[in-house]
Amino acid sequence: MSFRHKHIIALRDLNKEEIELLISTAESMREINERDIKKVPTLRGKTIINLFYESSTRTRTSFELAAKRLSADTINISPSTSSATKGETLADTALNLLAMKPDIIIMRHAVSGSHYFLANKVSCSLINAGDGAHEHPSQGLLDMLTMKDRFGRLDGLKVAIVGDITHSRVARSNIQGLTKLGSSVFVAGPPTMVPPGVERLGNVTVCTTMKEAIQDADVVMMLRIQQERQGKTLMPNTREYSRYFGLNPVNLKLAKPGAMVMHPGPINRGVEMSSYVVDGDQSHILRQVENGVAVRMAMLYHVSGGGSVE
Amino acid sequence: MAASETVILDQSGIGRALTRIAHEILERNKGVEDLALVGIRSGGDFLAARLQNQIREIEKVSVPLGAVDITMYRDDLAARGNLPVGKTDIPFPLDGKRVVLVDDVLYTGRTIRAAMDALIDLGRPRCIQLAVLIDRGHRELPIRADYVGRNVPTSQEEDVKVRFDDAHQPVEVRLVKP
Amino acid sequence: MNLLIKGGRVIDPTQQFDEVQDVLVEDGIIKQVGKNLAAPANTETIDAAGCYVTPGLIDMHVHLRDPGLEYKEDIVSGTLAAVAGGFTSVCCMPNTKPVIDNKAVASYIINKAKTEGFCNVFPVGTITQGMGGERLSEMGELKETGCVAVSDDGKPVRNAELMRRALQYAKGIGIMVISHAEDLDLVGEGTMNEGFTSTELGLKGIPRIAEDIATAREVMLAEYTGAPVHIAHVSTKGSVRIIREAKARGVAVTCESAPHYFTLTDDAVRGYNTNAKMNPPLREADDVAAIKEGLRDGTIDCIATDHAPHHLDEKDVEFNEAMNGIVGLETSLPLALRLVAEGVLTLPQMVERMAVNPALILGLGRGTLKAGAPADITVIDPDKQWTVTPEGLRSKSKNSPFLGQTMKGGARFTIVGGRVVFGKQ
Repeated sequence: MSFRHKHIIALRDLNKEEIELLISTAESMREINERDIKKVPTLRGKTIINLFYESSTRTRTSFELAAKRLSADTINISPSTSSATKGETLADTALNLLAMKPDIIIMRHAVSGSHYFLANKVSCSLINAGDGAHEHPSQGLLDMLTMKDRFGRLDGLKVAIVGDITHSRVARSNIQGLTKLGSSVFVAGPPTMVPPGVERLGNVTVCTTMKEAIQDADVVMMLRIQQERQGKTLMPNTREYSRYFGLNPVNLKLAKPGAMVMHPGPINRGVEMSSYVVDGDQSHILRQVENGVAVRMAMLYHVSGGGSVE
Repeated sequence: MAASETVILDQSGIGRALTRIAHEILERNKGVEDLALVGIRSGGDFLAARLQNQIREIEKVSVPLGAVDITMYRDDLAARGNLPVGKTDIPFPLDGKRVVLVDDVLYTGRTIRAAMDALIDLGRPRCIQLAVLIDRGHRELPIRADYVGRNVPTSQEEDVKVRFDDAHQPVEVRLVKP
Repeated sequence: MNLLIKGGRVIDPTQQFDEVQDVLVEDGIIKQVGKNLAAPANTETIDAAGCYVTPGLIDMHVHLRDPGLEYKEDIVSGTLAAVAGGFTSVCCMPNTKPVIDNKAVASYIINKAKTEGFCNVFPVGTITQGMGGERLSEMGELKETGCVAVSDDGKPVRNAELMRRALQYAKGIGIMVISHAEDLDLVGEGTMNEGFTSTELGLKGIPRIAEDIATAREVMLAEYTGAPVHIAHVSTKGSVRIIREAKARGVAVTCESAPHYFTLTDDAVRGYNTNAKMNPPLREADDVAAIKEGLRDGTIDCIATDHAPHHLDEKDVEFNEAMNGIVGLETSLPLALRLVAEGVLTLPQMVERMAVNPALILGLGRGTLKAGAPADITVIDPDKQWTVTPEGLRSKSKNSPFLGQTMKGGARFTIVGGRVVFGKQ
């Protein structure tokens, strides 16, 4: 099969076969990252703009590396160095960037759905590197690739996602992807952080306690607690949060033996996860980062095919 | 438009051609020293495995075998749309090897160009030779096969298909007329 | 100029009329309603066969954006949109620039509407000075100037003590207080209804209780003070229930809802459609059902559009950045007629909600075809099929969630003070 989307904005927009194709392509791309010369000429002559309205080290560098390994030319634009601070609208910024004739714009933006808005304005491909609390498709894909590495499959897994589900684009992308591939997701967090109707997003079970979610889980995915996003009303403080929703070697024993521990990073050690778990045998956190480059290469490759139609 | 297909090489014909190529490879390279086979996915990798067997029967030695996927090296990505990407798997160092690239059908030469680029990105072989089951002509690049199973004159409208069975063994070669 | 409207189905709930009759207008006043009326000399005859003839429709909640925000709408374009939608009177909200908190601004609007407008314009003054939520406006002078109500529409009066005093003071003057009922703390940074759709789209939600709690407060204040209050743009099932119960207890509460609240759910936001972004936000199917039931049983007194024009630049942006509100004047009547087609309302009930009740609540002396009343008349063609397009809308702004949709029914003629201001023979 071939990939038929011009943009990759949300895993909600992709079907099972398309998600599987992206993951299997990423598996093939990994070989390139093992070489002495980590470069193939696939996207030679293509121009890729990294437009990051929110700060990010991991995702931006991972996309940049992916683009470079495919021989594309990359430009990084972030708000502090762009016109955003001068009051230029997103649409105007994008139209100005279009004058540079990019083939792909990779954008991170604080407003959910801003890629859909931009998709109506630009002629190039768009890849979502995270939009508000909506989706983070490359993170979802790399998480799934990491799970596939461990289990050899992505169906029938029990995946616990613990933390602030309401504000998490990582949770939404994982829920969309894992459900489509046949796994089940158990979410847990303080009720102030679980959004209404989340169980209708897919094969999702809402748990009131952490124990319930991680019991017999194949994967325990912890979300970053972001004080700046949660405001003041969602929890008393990180100390109490950590007591009820932090992952430590004791409650990790509730999960299946050898269950994977994952985290999209950056980690607040001692808040959502204890260092014993972060650095422990069951942690696949660095493997996630490693897979990020391959997944993003696969995304760039698949939106670059000239035969694709939206 | 109904396509008409003719079998131009059957299973035993393919077998004889591959046996002959195996002998020619050994003769040209004076044995198996530093020899390696790399098949181009998909099709060439199956034929390379067959050649490895043939050489083992003759020389009682297994020469290193690899496979290269050239999707990432194509020059027609935009026109072809995105194809699934296969794995390149070369489990031995290429440096100093006499590499025989193996493909099923040699046509424009662009696949071979891409495969050579891919190999050179992976190491520095001493030399690269080319073995193909069918050479159908119409080269667009200055590329020539060192070992050819059969030369088949074709028109550009025609297509040549090598069919493999589920065990990846070549079954027959068909000429497809539009 | 005199006018004889012949052969239409005259629907006037104030006289329990619903039959084919003629309406005779003389010198801007309704002279007579009856069968087979003869046209006196010098009378223009309008053929209304196949049409409904109703008291002129009144939209008690529009934003004309004049003065100060004329790039969105002005009194001329806004009243043209109104008459094209079948409205003969509109009440304009005070969140202009400057706000309508003094005689000068109110007079400007009244005068401009008289000289340049197409229909009657009744300004609504502010409850608090500068809409600052701190000191009461000069409601007495506002009323003398011609304001028919006071409201800080666009934001609630947060301070319950101030709202209590506003209700008491306004009662003394005899001016209606219209409440924008919303708890801003519960709204937070929400941009759409809180529910499954907001969860899926990753947008911050506005819970229904943000409206319910504020509605309950206003009802309790009205009950306590004995002063009337009118709740604007009711959107939740909770608000409908609270108001229904209050009315049953005899509280002097009235309310309105808008066509989008009985037509659309928050599904319309999908695709991050900024033309489906308004405040209060589109709710869910339960709420739509409750709004319809409220309209049917009379809990909801009026249909008002909350016509809120915004420039393309204010809507063609990321969802969070987009301004709240949609234009509604030109789509209100066909959407209300859908309720009639669905059997939610009878035609006379629709006319009550769109003409009779707004006039009664605000004391406009209109909304009737009784002899001697101002000749504000809407002639409705129930079979008119048309498509909502940006080019077709008379409003300066095109921010409608109904763009591209086919509408059935609309104004054939709109007659204000005996003059045909919309519709050609």
